[in-house]
Amino acid sequence: MNAITPITTSIKDWETDQEVRWCPGCGDYAILKAVQRTLPELGADPANTVFVSGIGCSSRFPYYVESYGFHTIHGRAPAFATGIKLANPALDVWLVTGDGDGMSIGGNHTMHVLRRNLDCQILLFNNEIYGLTKGQYSPTSREGTTSPSTPLGSVDRPASPCAFALGAGARFIARGFDVSKHLPEVLKAAYHHKGAAFVEIFQNCIVYNKDRFEDFAAPKGAEDRQLWLANGEPMLFAKGEKGIALDTEKLTLKVVDVVDGDWQAAGVIVHDVTNRSIAHMLVEMPFGPFPMALGVLYDDPRPTFEAAVMAEREKASAGKEPNLAKLLAKGQTWTVTEGGPDL
Amino acid sequence: MATQLADPEARSTNAPEAVVVRFAGDSGDGMQLTGGQFTLSSALAGNDFATFPDFPAEIRAPQGTLFGVSAFQINFGSTSIDTAGDAPDVLVAMNPAALKTNVGALKPGGLIIADTGEFTKRNLEKAKYEVNPLEDGSLSKWQVLAFDISALTLESVKPFGLGNKEALRCKNMWTLGLSLWMFDRDRQPLIDWLNAKFAKNKVLADANIAALNAGHAYGETAELGGHVKKLHLGPVPTPAGLYRTVTGADAVALGLVAGAQLAHLPMFFGGYPITPASSILHALVRLKEFNVTTFQAEDEIAAICAAIGASYAGQLGVTSSSGPGIALKTEAMGLAVMTELPLVIVNSQRGGPSTGLPTKTEQSDLYQAVYGRNGDTPIPVISARSPGDAFDCAIEACRIAVQYMTPVILLTDGYIANAAEPWKVPDPADYAEFPVSFLAEKNAGDTLLPYKRDAKGARPWIKPGTPGLMHRIGGIEKQVDTGHLDYSPANHQAMTDARKAKVDGIARSIPAQDVCLGTEGGKLAVVGWGSTYGPIHQAVGRARNKGLDVSHIHVRHIWPLPENLGDLLRGYDRVLVPEMNTGQFKTVLRDQFLVDAKPLTKTSGQPFTIAEIEAAIEEALA
Repeated sequence: MNAITPITTSIKDWETDQEVRWCPGCGDYAILKAVQRTLPELGADPANTVFVSGIGCSSRFPYYVESYGFHTIHGRAPAFATGIKLANPALDVWLVTGDGDGMSIGGNHTMHVLRRNLDCQILLFNNEIYGLTKGQYSPTSREGTTSPSTPLGSVDRPASPCAFALGAGARFIARGFDVSKHLPEVLKAAYHHKGAAFVEIFQNCIVYNKDRFEDFAAPKGAEDRQLWLANGEPMLFAKGEKGIALDTEKLTLKVVDVVDGDWQAAGVIVHDVTNRSIAHMLVEMPFGPFPMALGVLYDDPRPTFEAAVMAEREKASAGKEPNLAKLLAKGQTWTVTEGGPDL
Repeated sequence: MATQLADPEARSTNAPEAVVVRFAGDSGDGMQLTGGQFTLSSALAGNDFATFPDFPAEIRAPQGTLFGVSAFQINFGSTSIDTAGDAPDVLVAMNPAALKTNVGALKPGGLIIADTGEFTKRNLEKAKYEVNPLEDGSLSKWQVLAFDISALTLESVKPFGLGNKEALRCKNMWTLGLSLWMFDRDRQPLIDWLNAKFAKNKVLADANIAALNAGHAYGETAELGGHVKKLHLGPVPTPAGLYRTVTGADAVALGLVAGAQLAHLPMFFGGYPITPASSILHALVRLKEFNVTTFQAEDEIAAICAAIGASYAGQLGVTSSSGPGIALKTEAMGLAVMTELPLVIVNSQRGGPSTGLPTKTEQSDLYQAVYGRNGDTPIPVISARSPGDAFDCAIEACRIAVQYMTPVILLTDGYIANAAEPWKVPDPADYAEFPVSFLAEKNAGDTLLPYKRDAKGARPWIKPGTPGLMHRIGGIEKQVDTGHLDYSPANHQAMTDARKAKVDGIARSIPAQDVCLGTEGGKLAVVGWGSTYGPIHQAVGRARNKGLDVSHIHVRHIWPLPENLGDLLRGYDRVLVPEMNTGQFKTVLRDQFLVDAKPLTKTSGQPFTIAEIEAAIEEALA
């Protein structure tokens, strides 16, 4: 995000006249609405906002947001975003990618944009499948996923986007899912983080991977399966009857029962978004034995890449006159007069 | 070549006007440094010159080995010099391996200067010599001057108390001192340079200066067996003005800065280290005060994508690489064509395919530049003929990119990138400005049409951040005018045609092709592009001196080609195209003009010699 003067817009101001071409029922619709609903609340300016995307279903996103938009090439959106932000740091840059675009063909760029800490919001729509190419398994597909390219089931282990992001040096990690009512809160937190903000959004591919996330996203029983993290609050779920505590012997997390609301007695951890050690445990916390960790897992800003680049340029330019004629004549020169050199 | 355009036909027959010296040693011996400083002294003596650094791909190849030899050749003299010279007159061989790999090129009767201190049993074995060539008479067709440079250097730097290894590092300065004596050169600029270079280490500065002086004194006083005479090559007549030396890489960097200034734009340079293109990044990173942002990306793809992103945001995006890196950038180049954003792509060509010959020169990326993309993806291509010419070509690339909203490829090669030549310092005021204006308000009444074209076929440049002009662009086919997604048959036809017409139309903004030596029409045209300029120019000059009807045409604008080129070529009975590839430009000329262009090809990683082209001219006219 940038320190801008908030302007007043409505959700309508962020809708384009283009027909949305996702499959009916696709989770992308819900994410689009969440973003369009959030932007006015942030006071964002359409003229100052750029959505940059790669290739895939998710990457059609910019066409549907009334702002500046750049639909680039497969996996490379972070590199384009870097050029845009270095050229004009005042722009608000949102990067939209998917599990194939951001974790497979573009994994390298995802790593480096996070490591450099470019100020932008990275929304990785994870549907655990290649949708636009008709359903092949993706780098986040679970082991055994059957697909046109893995008719006997996939044999490779899936990547974990949030663990990858943290390993790459990300300073903001959050999770949400398409139809979650909390998604706008997550997006706002990402926007307010100065630096690269990585948000994994589980997204239902209605055609090729239908209801893949129902095990934790289904409304029924959601409170038992979702752990919504809030800074300064104890890590409680199941209506406060369970919590996450630290197993100090194994140095792992564990689920504990909370009796009569006395979470302190049960050793439940208070979420500190700046605690990187806990963040490592949260991104690795397996769903099943544990609930799905959602919300802001980690948020500890550091100076941004573009600020460092600009500061360096200013420092290096200080007191130097950009005189082209002098530059061209720099170094050892000699003058030739009519009839020969003057030594 | 030389900025001075002395007519090669006018050269006198009195020899020697030019001398070719090759310094060869271990890659750790400082041969490139020695050559570079000798070049500077040639410049200061008013000689014209051309250089050819030839070094191994390994940074520190094992000492004494054949593949670890690094060489630097300079051709200098009191006449106009276009090439680094065919065969050396003098070979300075710092060890047996350097002798073995370079002596074959030496002119019969030429002079070998060898350091006997390095001709040890071990070094001879490493160079695969069974017996010492300095002693077995095998060098009898040359003059040999062999003495213990190592020992003489150690002696000269003794007072400074350096360790043996450090002391021996001064050998190159000793050798340089001797060379300066041989060619009657002033030592003072070198002494100043050493004092500046080792400003923080006075002992090293003094030791190197002592070695330099000792080498010079050795020439002055020692009995050199009558082999070596002091040669004084007078200054070459040149247009009056201020001169400096410049390499192609420096000239490209300066030209890009100048181009951005003429366009009134900040410049963004995205690069990834690759030989021989990295020097452009190294040069630009030091020019931040010219509103230059440099970005060393995580890979070649990110480098070009960031540059396109910067162009999208309103800066002049530039990326640079060599063949393999350009291959990686290809998909992004297609996006720049589709989104019609300005971009300059510099390719310092090297030997291919694949990793090929990283440090050797070739011109084999012409097909890649002109044809090498998916889809109908026209991109203008410009090629520089010499280090100094690369400055003007870089400016021209910037002009075309911003005026036509298109990526532009600038081709140089390893030879141009590394070679130095004297360069008349240009006056920025002599270059016409081409200021860019960004779209500030809707361009069709109440409507914004991001793909509405001007008379040249260019779309408006719209910066994000501009109020009221929000729009979306991308790699999917654009609708005529609106830029909306449109897959319909008629639209794709119209947009493909529009993109082609725009790039074809650039031909109207470039100068007509001239004949740089000879006549319009005749028996034979030798048509070149890029760094073959020097040898072609000299060879054609010599052939014309012999009375042969041959002319030299050198093409800068490879795509689109100058509008008059077809007619010009049809005015000759024969067309010969020398190039350092298997005949790529020849194919383009045949394709575009249906002329019977014949190839003269060379892919050894070395530039053409004048003699090779001269022989081909004579054969073509026989």
